[in-house]
Amino acid sequence: MQTYYPLFTAIPLAAAFLNLLLAKISMKVSDYIAFLVTGILAVMSVEMLFEAPFIYAVGNWRPPFGILLVSDGLSSLMLVVINFISLLSVIFSMKYMTTYTAKPKYYSLFMLMIAGMNGVVITGDMFNLYVFLEIASIASYALVGFGTGKKELEASFKYLILGGVASTAVLFGIAFLYSITGTLNMPDLAQQLELVGMTKTVGFVVALFLMGFGLKASMVPFHAWLPDAHPSAPAPISAMLSGVLIKALGVYTIMRIMFDIIGRNELISAIIMFLGALSMVIGGLLAVGQKDFKRMLAYSSISQMGYVMIAVGLALKPGAELVVATLALIGGLFHLINHAVFKSLLFLCSGAVEYRTGTRDFRKLGGLIKKMPVTGSACAIGSLSIAGIPPFNGFWSKLIIILALFRGGYWIYGTVGVAVGFVTLIYFVMLQKETLFGKLPESLSKVKEAPFAMVLPLVILAALCVAMGIGYWAIEGQMLDSAANALLDKVAYMNYLIGG
Amino acid sequence: MNHYFYFLSLVLLVMGLYCLIAKKNIVKKIIGIVITEYSINLFLILVGYRHGGIAPIFLKGMQHEELVQKGVDPLPQALVLTSIVIGLGTLALMVALCLRMYEKFKTFDMTKINTLKG
Amino acid sequence: MDRLKEEMRDTSRGMTPIVKTIVRFVIGIIVIFGAYIVLYGHVTPGGGFAGGVILASAYVLLTLAFGKEMGLSKMSNTGASILDNSGALAFVIIGLLGFTGGYFFLNFLPKGTPFRLFSAGMIPLANVAIGVKVTASVFAIFMALSIFGRFIYQASEGEEPESEE
Repeated sequence: MQTYYPLFTAIPLAAAFLNLLLAKISMKVSDYIAFLVTGILAVMSVEMLFEAPFIYAVGNWRPPFGILLVSDGLSSLMLVVINFISLLSVIFSMKYMTTYTAKPKYYSLFMLMIAGMNGVVITGDMFNLYVFLEIASIASYALVGFGTGKKELEASFKYLILGGVASTAVLFGIAFLYSITGTLNMPDLAQQLELVGMTKTVGFVVALFLMGFGLKASMVPFHAWLPDAHPSAPAPISAMLSGVLIKALGVYTIMRIMFDIIGRNELISAIIMFLGALSMVIGGLLAVGQKDFKRMLAYSSISQMGYVMIAVGLALKPGAELVVATLALIGGLFHLINHAVFKSLLFLCSGAVEYRTGTRDFRKLGGLIKKMPVTGSACAIGSLSIAGIPPFNGFWSKLIIILALFRGGYWIYGTVGVAVGFVTLIYFVMLQKETLFGKLPESLSKVKEAPFAMVLPLVILAALCVAMGIGYWAIEGQMLDSAANALLDKVAYMNYLIGG
Repeated sequence: MNHYFYFLSLVLLVMGLYCLIAKKNIVKKIIGIVITEYSINLFLILVGYRHGGIAPIFLKGMQHEELVQKGVDPLPQALVLTSIVIGLGTLALMVALCLRMYEKFKTFDMTKINTLKG
Repeated sequence: MDRLKEEMRDTSRGMTPIVKTIVRFVIGIIVIFGAYIVLYGHVTPGGGFAGGVILASAYVLLTLAFGKEMGLSKMSNTGASILDNSGALAFVIIGLLGFTGGYFFLNFLPKGTPFRLFSAGMIPLANVAIGVKVTASVFAIFMALSIFGRFIYQASEGEEPESEE
C-alpha cells in the first residue's frame, strides 16, 4: 500500500476526465464510474488506517528538494471521513440529480473536489497544499451554483469572491514563509522556524493563515458566505460542503500548520479559543429564528465548528498539561467525525424531503413522519445526536470537550459551551416539531417515501450515529489516539525529513 | 535600498482591495480581484530577486558555479506560473457567473442583487 | 479558389478584406511559434501552458477575423471537449506510468544528452499533453463566453445588440 499512496489523488482526477469523454457515448456511464471510484477510495482509506506512518517522495526526488507525501494518524483519519461521506453522497445523488440537467458535468466536478480534498490531506509540501486547496475550492464554487437560478448564482458569486480573497491571503503567507526560510517542505519548515523563533514576520504569517484558512473553516468574522452557499447547493453537495469540505480545507490545515510547523504559542491559542467561542455563540443564536430548513442547518455548522476550534485552541496552549491537551484534542477530533456523520445525515434528509414535497420552508411542512417514516426517523436520530442527547455520539464528544475546558481552568468557556448545547437542543427540537410531528397540511397528503437509492445512505448514517455513540471505546484507540498523538508530537513530524 | 521594491507590490494590493470593496459594479469587482492576485505574484517574484543577477537558464558552455553565484532564484518563478494558471481558472468562472447573473437580474449593480437575507 | 475569393469579399461576416488577407498570412506563423514554444519547453523558457495559450490565440484570431462559423468549423464544441479531456487524461496516464519505475511521476524514459530536442525523458510528452489541453480549454472558454452568451442575451432581451459579429 505504501507505493500506491498518490493514487488517492490520481484516481479521482483520471475519473473526472474519463467521465466527460465517455459521457458522449451514454449518460448512465457516469453514475457507475463515480460509484466505482468512490468505492475503491473508501476501501483504500480504511486500509490506510492500519499502516505505520511513512513518507513518500514523488518522482524519487529526495526531500527537501522534492514534493513529499506524509501519512500519519491524522491524515488517515481525515481520509476515512472524506472518502466514506463521498461514497454515501454519490449513492444519494444517483436519484436526486435527475431533477437537474447535465449530470455528467456534476459528477466530473464532484470527482475534482474529492481529488482536491484528498490532496490537501496527504501532502507534505506547502505549495502543493495551496494548489490542491484551489482545485477543491474552484470545484466547489462551480457546484454551489449548479442549478442556475437567481439565488444559486448570487450565493455562488459571493462565495467565489470571498474564497478568492482568502486564497490570496494564503498565498501571501506562503510567500513570506519562503522568504524567511528558503524552503517549502513542511517538515523542513518546522525545523527552520524553530531556529528563527517567533519574530514579527512569523506573527504576520500566522494572522494571514488564520484569515485565509479561517474563512474556509467558517470561523466567525469570516463566516458570511456559509449561510448563503450551503442552502443554495444541491442537497448531496450541501452534505459534502458542510460535512467534509470545511473540515478538510479549514480545520485540518489550521491544525497541521499551528501544531506541526509553527508550534505552540500563548497568543495564538488565546485568539483561536476566543474565535471558537464567538462562532459557537453567534452560530447558535442566529440559527434559532430561521424558517428555512437548510439555512438553519448551515448556521448550526458554524456553531459546531466553534466547538472544534475551541478544543484545538486549548490543546495549543504551551502551559496546558499533557492530559488536558490530549483530552481536548480527542474531543475535538471525535466531534469532527461526529459532525461529518450527523450533519451530512441532516442535509441528505432535507434533500429527500425537498425531492418529495418540493419545499424547504417550515411553514409549509409538517407531520411528515406518517408519510415518510424512514426519512423521518433518520432525521430524528440526527437531530438528537447533534443536540447532545445521551446514547448518541454527539453527547460524548461535547462532554469530552467541556470536561477538558473545565479541567484546563477555563470556567467561562466551559459554561458557554454548556449554554450553547442547550440552545442547539432548542432549535433542533423546533425543527423536529415543525417538520416531522404536528399536523400534515392538505397540499402534502400525497407524498410517498423517498426512493431506495436515497434512503440507503440515510439508514447507514443513522446506524453509524447509534453505533459510534454506544461503541465509542472501539474506535478510540485505533483512530483518535494515534491522530492526537501525531499532532502533539512536533519532533516526530520534523524527523520525517530524514525519512520515516 | 533593497527593501523598497516591495512597496510596489503593496501599492497594487491596496489598489485591488479598494476596487473590490468600494465599487458597486460587478465587473469592477472582478477587476479588483484580478489586480489583487497579480500583486501577490509580483511579490513572489521579488522575493527571489538578486541584484546584478542573470536569468536562471543553463546555456551551452556555461559553468555550474556561474549559475549558482549569479542566477536569480528559479523556484518562485515556477510558483508564479502555477498561480497565474489558477488565476485564469478563477477569472473564467467569475466572468461566466457574471454573464449569467446579468441574464437573470438584468443589472450589473451589486447592491440590487440581494435576494438572500436573514 | 472561387470560394476563397467569395469569402474574402463577403463583408457581412467577419471583418474587412484587409484584415482577412493579413490574418491568412500571419496565422501560420503564430501556429508554428506556438508549437515551437510547446516542444522546446525543456530547453528554453515556455512549456505547455504558454505555448497552449499562443495556439489558442491563433484560433481566436481566426474567429474574430472570419466569423464564428469559420471558428466553429475548425474546432467545434464537441471537438474541443474531446481534445480537452484527452489531453488531461494523457497527462495523468504519463504520471501513472511512472509506477513502472517505482514512483509516481518518475521520469522513466531515457534522458539523452542535454540541450537537444529529444532529451529529458517524459517532460516533452507532458508539455505536449498540456499544450493540447490548454489550447482546447482557452478556445472553449472564449466560445462559451462570447458566442453562446450572445444567444442567452438575445433570448432574454429579444433584440440585436448594436455591434458587428
